[in-house]
Amino acid sequence: MMQGLLAIWTREFRAYFISPIFYAISTVFIIIISVMFFQSLEYYQQIFMQAAQYPPLMERININEMIMRPMFNTMSFVAVLILMPMLTMRVFSEEKKTGTIELILTSPVRDWHVILGKFMAAFSLYAAMMGLTLIYPLVLQIYGDPDWGPIWTGYAGLLLMGASVITIGLFVSSLTENQIVSGVVCFGVALILWMLDFATDTIEGPLGEAIAYLSVTRHFDTFEKGVVDTTDLLFFVSFIFFGLFITVRSLESTRWRQ
Amino acid sequence: MIEVQGLTKRYGDFTAIRDVAFQVEKGEILGFLGPNAAGKTTTMRILTCFMPASAGTARVAGYDIFKESLEVRRNVGYLPENAPLYFDMRVRPYLEFVAKIKDIPGRDQSKAVKRVLGLCAIEHVQNQIVGHLSKGYKQRVGLAQALIHDPKVLILDEPTNGLDPKQINEVRELIKSLAGDHTIILSSHILPEVSKTCQRVVIINKGRIVASDTPLNLDARLRGSQSIAMQVRGPAKDVMNTLKSVEGVKEVKVQSSIGGELWRYELDVEPGKDVRPVLATTVVRSSWDLVELSTAAMSLEEIFLQLTTREEGVE
Repeated sequence: MMQGLLAIWTREFRAYFISPIFYAISTVFIIIISVMFFQSLEYYQQIFMQAAQYPPLMERININEMIMRPMFNTMSFVAVLILMPMLTMRVFSEEKKTGTIELILTSPVRDWHVILGKFMAAFSLYAAMMGLTLIYPLVLQIYGDPDWGPIWTGYAGLLLMGASVITIGLFVSSLTENQIVSGVVCFGVALILWMLDFATDTIEGPLGEAIAYLSVTRHFDTFEKGVVDTTDLLFFVSFIFFGLFITVRSLESTRWRQ
Repeated sequence: MIEVQGLTKRYGDFTAIRDVAFQVEKGEILGFLGPNAAGKTTTMRILTCFMPASAGTARVAGYDIFKESLEVRRNVGYLPENAPLYFDMRVRPYLEFVAKIKDIPGRDQSKAVKRVLGLCAIEHVQNQIVGHLSKGYKQRVGLAQALIHDPKVLILDEPTNGLDPKQINEVRELIKSLAGDHTIILSSHILPEVSKTCQRVVIINKGRIVASDTPLNLDARLRGSQSIAMQVRGPAKDVMNTLKSVEGVKEVKVQSSIGGELWRYELDVEPGKDVRPVLATTVVRSSWDLVELSTAAMSLEEIFLQLTTREEGVE
């Protein structure tokens, strides 16, 4: 029963490595994060030097706050806005373009198995990329004493947020056979979900709160701080389910419209 | 094995197929013939559960295409017009992937792959990248993909399209050898193609079935005479004799008088040749009035003309 799901998952996952997309994306990603890490480290060192002369500053020094948080911020920004559209834009668009969608949809595989397989492929790739960045907290561990609690919750938040955005990418990709359109729209939606956080600045009262609630970054913030709040967990989980659900519907509806 | 009833598919205002109905018996090869955009692909996509019809039903291998879609898909092998290939995969892994999504049990998968590699004569390219293969080999890999789960029903959309004459013959022989064990529907826009491979032909045009018969009978109908209706004002006897002398006209009958000198004639003419311009000039030269000139059963002839004029270089 699950054979089709697994087959789609593994084929899709391998396809990322056959095409140059993955190598390009992960290289760019790692370079950006490295630059960020280096800068934070430099800044930390400066503060530390100052603190040596002026001891009260010592209390404000915190590896997690000064290095890991800015890194998580950059990672979430780069991952959500840049990586995700690139990873997901081809998922269905390419199959529609080349006609392999006809093979998939006329095979005895349930629609939601197809979508779950593709989701898992994109997600495992994303998780692997995030895994690569574990090198930075490990470096900190060698030379310092970071608190691993917020680091793990930060990664958990990154994974949940990534999974949410993947479902948007899948959905958008299922709507068009043009990869560029798919990528741009996914980028746009991700950007809006990102900016919703600022709604409280301009819209007052409960409406602003409600809009800001839909922002993925707002829910990520608590994870970054080392707190796992059930509200945020629930937000991401329901986001992922909703995203997968509308993608399944969209796939079904392409059968109708074509 | 396949029963289609009243199948209709609409895209907004456009009706792609209307009331399509036919049957295919077990082990038979049915040719689905029609010009481009006649509705062949639409019909096939509906039968393979790629998309549903707007109205009508069909049963494939005993299962309803709407209610038992998964079962239908398990029993159908489908080769779309463009073979559904992942160009960046190698042939063998590609077929292994298809074996998995066609729900072949794990232990039988490598046997199934081996079988179709042999059947489609692609063993020697099994480690090559699909995108690097020639058109003919791509088509064979596509066919292998459709055959891998040994389906009861095979649906092939223009399987020889774009191949060179040698490859066309190879694919045809392969398809013929599959009949008996498999029930096959194949589509084509070339008449000789289906008459060589199929036991029965369904001709579809503008979304409607216009004829359904054996290739032999269709051929006879095509070679048989065709009729033209005319209304000419003039002395009936002279008109008849003059029309009869036109080359290509086999017989002229007076059907009825319409009034005065105006008569309706029915002409039997040789098919495949358009004698209407000659008839018109003949009548006008004799200074009679030509009131009407039309062909009966023109649509079929037109389709046939379209269908027979292509295919060069094969056999």
